[in-house]
Amino acid sequence: MKLAELAVRSPAHVTRVLGAGSFRRRLMELGVLPGTRVEVMGVAPLGDPIELLVRGSSLSIRRADAECVEVVRLLESELRVESARESIEELAGVRGVR
Amino acid sequence: MTTPGTVPRTEVERVAPPSATLPVVVVVGNPNVGKTSLFNHLTGQNARIGNYPGVTVERRSGTVQVGSHAVELVDVPGAYSLAARSAEEQIALEAILGTSGNPRPSLCVVVVDAGQIARNLYLVVQLLELGIPVIVAVNMIDEVRESPPNLEALSRALGVPCVPTDGRRGVGLPALRDAIARALREPPSSVPAIRYPKDLLSDLDGIRAALPEEWTSGAAREQALALWALSSIEQHDELEGIPDALRRRCLETRERAAGAGRDLDLEIVGSRYAFVDRILPELYERVEPHPPKRKVSERIDRVLLHPILGFVAFIAVMLVVFQALFSWSEPMIGWIEAGFGWIAALLTEHLPEGLVRDFLVQGVIGGVGNVVVFLPQILLLFFFIGLLEDSGYMARIAYLMDRVMKALGLHGRAFVPMLSGFACAVPAILATRTMEQKRDRLLTMMVIPLMTCSARLPVYSLIIAALFPPTTVLGGLPLQATLMVSMYVFSLLTTLVATGVLGRTVIRGRRIPLLLELPPYRMPNLLGTLRLMRERAFVFLREAGTVILACTVVLWALLSFPKLPESADAATPSVAAVEAPSAAATAASPVPAEVTPIEHSIAGRIGKAIEPAIEPLGFDWKLGIGIIGAFAAREVFVSTMGLVFGLEELDDEAVPLRERMRAEVNAGGKPTYTPLVGLSLMVFFALSCQCMSTLAVVRRETRSLRWPLFMFAYMTGLAYLSSLLVYQGGRLLGL
Repeated sequence: MKLAELAVRSPAHVTRVLGAGSFRRRLMELGVLPGTRVEVMGVAPLGDPIELLVRGSSLSIRRADAECVEVVRLLESELRVESARESIEELAGVRGVR
Repeated sequence: MTTPGTVPRTEVERVAPPSATLPVVVVVGNPNVGKTSLFNHLTGQNARIGNYPGVTVERRSGTVQVGSHAVELVDVPGAYSLAARSAEEQIALEAILGTSGNPRPSLCVVVVDAGQIARNLYLVVQLLELGIPVIVAVNMIDEVRESPPNLEALSRALGVPCVPTDGRRGVGLPALRDAIARALREPPSSVPAIRYPKDLLSDLDGIRAALPEEWTSGAAREQALALWALSSIEQHDELEGIPDALRRRCLETRERAAGAGRDLDLEIVGSRYAFVDRILPELYERVEPHPPKRKVSERIDRVLLHPILGFVAFIAVMLVVFQALFSWSEPMIGWIEAGFGWIAALLTEHLPEGLVRDFLVQGVIGGVGNVVVFLPQILLLFFFIGLLEDSGYMARIAYLMDRVMKALGLHGRAFVPMLSGFACAVPAILATRTMEQKRDRLLTMMVIPLMTCSARLPVYSLIIAALFPPTTVLGGLPLQATLMVSMYVFSLLTTLVATGVLGRTVIRGRRIPLLLELPPYRMPNLLGTLRLMRERAFVFLREAGTVILACTVVLWALLSFPKLPESADAATPSVAAVEAPSAAATAASPVPAEVTPIEHSIAGRIGKAIEPAIEPLGFDWKLGIGIIGAFAAREVFVSTMGLVFGLEELDDEAVPLRERMRAEVNAGGKPTYTPLVGLSLMVFFALSCQCMSTLAVVRRETRSLRWPLFMFAYMTGLAYLSSLLVYQGGRLLGL
């Protein structure tokens, strides 16, 4: 599916970056590469642009440009592993404070 | 992306850097990593601002004492990568290599955001590949206190020193200085073990052979430069000084690779990130998708980017900025005007009457006043820009408004400068500095003077009050207020149309997609903001101020010479926006003469000479003189018209002038200034570029004469045609 179609806060992996030229190169240089985890963090109130989380930083691009990025949603199992890890760490953190 | 940086106590760099013999250390880094505040902390009071050779990019530099010797620190504009498309982006590479007239650096300090190492290392890798001595300043280390990266591991993995710093509070700077001193003695260098595909490596060998001689120095650097060329050079780039052979070779290589189904950009960028990803597990126990700092920002964004709350907050912030420019600046401008009035009065009192006194009072003092009067708005605007940029909200403004600005063919970042244009074009044009793309910047600059600035208000007030009756129209709307509002709407519409037309014709350029980083929210740095204000004010005074001063003197001369033969001390016009005090002009109350001094002057004669040209717009020579005088600043139209009618001491209301204009009759005994003439005149003022200060600032910001001339020509042409249409159309309708 296209990055532009991805639901908000539904993590995915980039599979392909289409297009050509300097914009595509810049997008990749900012970390939008095949295999990288991306997440749409939000959509601007007027519907465009969208905000992405890539490599721990937040990047916004226009919907039309997000058409060039193909993604595949993270599997349910992968998401469970992620959230399990997070909750274990949170638990550990709380214990540490006590 | 270049952020408007800050420089402490801006000393003006008039010639080449004075310390060309000192070892040069360049400071590079991604945007929003606190590079400028780190630079400010290091250079302290010794920063200068100059220009990179050949481009309109400012170059900040300063002398710093490290260990036993001094070095010249150069702040390179922030960039995510060294790969470039334009001459502006190219300077990063040139400053780092010391080519194209830049001094050759001995060391490169690369500043990375401790919270965004995963992305920032991409630039570090590129620098290491070039084989130049590098040290890494891991900045904003305070923000990752909970899960700090292992800097020893980073240092080991990269093969260069990594120093933790906090540029805002100045933490870690002694260690950074020591590291710089040590690195100058024993240059650290390390070639990162990036595994590029074999096919790419053989492509690079082919490109290396075509590199210009200035670039050749050792196999590692040549390979890095071949990579740079292959990444940067494309069919329609705007790079400068690329030899044809190299360009051809790169394009051929790309074509060949595409033919073989290879993706060069992916090969290059992917290999570098693969190297970074091999390092990351050594730095952290776990690489989190949502770093802690992000989580705070995400929570703030839930409000500030909310569809309703977000816009409420946005409008509130913009109202404060606009209110400051429009109203808070008013008393400060008043003090400046009063101050210069006082100086002028003092000079008038103590100097003997005559040419020298007039020159000093009306030319020089008036001219300096014309320059200084802009400072309150410039300082206030950059105060807000500094806070907005620093806090991270400026990027959110661009994010919120991009949809609107995109319709104009502009970027969201154009919003704040455009809005400022409603107060005054001069600070607004200076504010375009926050935009990264040269084309967007230029386009925004060219249309800003069409916005209804505050200097047009006295002109509109005079015309509306003098020539339109206080009746109601369209079922109860007060005519005069409706006209005023219509002028605002008119200016908004013309700005939109002009942006669309200019953006598709003269300033076309390729559409550059939006790539906007939303940095984490941070407490703004007040000291840095004050430095930014000081720096912008100095640059304005030095570079635009001199032009404005010179123009004021020329205009004064045009409006003053030749003198009337009999009464030399009759009122001479004040071209200054800052009015010379009444004492300057009222030493002798003029006997109502047939010819006013201003009519006798060169400007008066020009006004008469151009009468045939402006007659079709409904203007007589008197308005012609007013328009010439208004070139100093639009509101000067009012005082110039006063002088044309032999009136002095106009107060804010300018009641006598209104009456005189209403009473003016032509040869046929009919009123000269009909409402139709008034409308035509307002349209003329809405569109024409009657402001030398705007032109002076455009000249400074574009570093060319071409763009201010173009601005003057297109706006005056537009004004002439529109007024012609209004007046002749109105006549046809029998108005």
